[in-house]
Amino acid sequence: MDTTPNEVRKLNFDDYSTAKHLEHAAQQARARNYQDFLIVDVDAHHYENESYKEVFQYIESPVIRHDVMDSAQRPGRSAMINTSVGNQNLGGRITRSNLRRLQKVPQDGRHRDVAMTVEWMDSLGVDYACLFPTPMLFLGLHPQVEIEVALCRAYNRWLCERILAVEPRLISMLYLPFNDPEAAYQTVKDFGDKKGVVGFMVTSPRYKPVHDNAYMKTYALLEELGKPISFHAAYSWEDRALQMTNRFISVHSLGFMWFNMIHMTNWVINGLPERFPKLKVLWIESGLTWAYALMQRLDHSYLMRTSDCPSLKRKPSEYMREMFYSSQPMEKPDDKSILEATFKMIKADTQLLWSSDYPHWDFDTPGVIYDLPFLNETAKRNILGANAARVFGLDTKVVKKIP
Amino acid sequence: MAEWFVAKAADLPDGDRRIVNAGNNEIGVFHHGGTYYAYSNYCVHSGGPACEGILINQVVDLIAPDRTYQGQTFSDEVHFVCPWHGYEYEITTGQCVGDRKLKLKKFEVVRRGDDIYVVA
Repeated sequence: MDTTPNEVRKLNFDDYSTAKHLEHAAQQARARNYQDFLIVDVDAHHYENESYKEVFQYIESPVIRHDVMDSAQRPGRSAMINTSVGNQNLGGRITRSNLRRLQKVPQDGRHRDVAMTVEWMDSLGVDYACLFPTPMLFLGLHPQVEIEVALCRAYNRWLCERILAVEPRLISMLYLPFNDPEAAYQTVKDFGDKKGVVGFMVTSPRYKPVHDNAYMKTYALLEELGKPISFHAAYSWEDRALQMTNRFISVHSLGFMWFNMIHMTNWVINGLPERFPKLKVLWIESGLTWAYALMQRLDHSYLMRTSDCPSLKRKPSEYMREMFYSSQPMEKPDDKSILEATFKMIKADTQLLWSSDYPHWDFDTPGVIYDLPFLNETAKRNILGANAARVFGLDTKVVKKIP
Repeated sequence: MAEWFVAKAADLPDGDRRIVNAGNNEIGVFHHGGTYYAYSNYCVHSGGPACEGILINQVVDLIAPDRTYQGQTFSDEVHFVCPWHGYEYEITTGQCVGDRKLKLKKFEVVRRGDDIYVVA
């Protein structure tokens, strides 16, 4: 046998770069010609807590600002900002969670958050990414409503001024302080026209029903502005039912469906699609099977119990089929016909929006859509980018630079 | 098929590994327990760098004879973990431990004098 010159790499766990971590994703992007078409990631994340020192400066109340900044000096002890019990990085098996602190970014004046985000976007083949927070996904469970409002407004101002204003490839659906309906309304009024704001987002773990009359003027305003409302899933291990689970896989698998199933049920059964027929509604990070199941559950009972939901003029599934769904974490049954049926059920060709959830532990590459055998090229490109461009009114020019 | 240089044996102590670009293959070569193992560096899940994550022993539940749960511990079985999403592979077989039907492609490793090669 011949011996052949070749490249050999030694692993170094004291060194990290996103581009190296995602080199195989860039290989996939090149092999599938992602450079040829638009890819929009409708659910990506940053770790806003890494910028809390900046964010806290935007807190309007001098008292809350003082207390939160003081609290932040004692990490690991009880804090003013709530987080959640969890084990997302699998005991260190998901290495980027710990290693990202070693990432060196170009000293070109860009915010570290921007530089790191654009780097992974290029590797995955993403043109535009809708950026969401991470620890703040649990802020709707904070016992002090005024803290949710204060941090939400500070974060939104920081995000608009420091991130969205300077990087046109980054967009966001801003955090709505949903536990205070008046503050939620004011948030849409104050931020609805800011650069890069393509909608507003409710973090799903919370205990305020979406059909409360107090929210109607906010929905009306969103409808008038043409800005979607989204519900971003997360779990809560404090939830009474989910408290019975004893492993992260359990609370995560159920929790990310649980709250959105409740909000969706209330949204449909109370006839909100009839009251706000032009309001675009987007369900984020619950995967797809929950919608497939819930459509069938609600339809099954609907014709027997129309008196329970007299505002409805059609079956629940028909309203749900007009809403939008992010794809991640996309289920991958061995039998692809099951997934195909799910796509058909939610009208994926026009209603499904690909998302990565990067850099979180269970992120998806565009390949989860692009490699599906039952989609034609047009459907793939719709789901990967064109549908989102239509929903958010984005420029369709390809702007990424796959390494 | 060709032999692709991995390392001088002295430079690849037990517990260490290398990633080798061998033509169209990217291969992780592990030195573990006195034996060399070589597998494709593309995770069966979504193509992540399967051989570049941490090494960690298998986690097992401790179930007593009366079938009650008594906690967890690590077994002697060593896994390497894809750093993208956490797929775990048994280092001696390349089998995905969550579904043993799934395996990374295995490559032969040969030693010629002081040099280690992988055949691909």
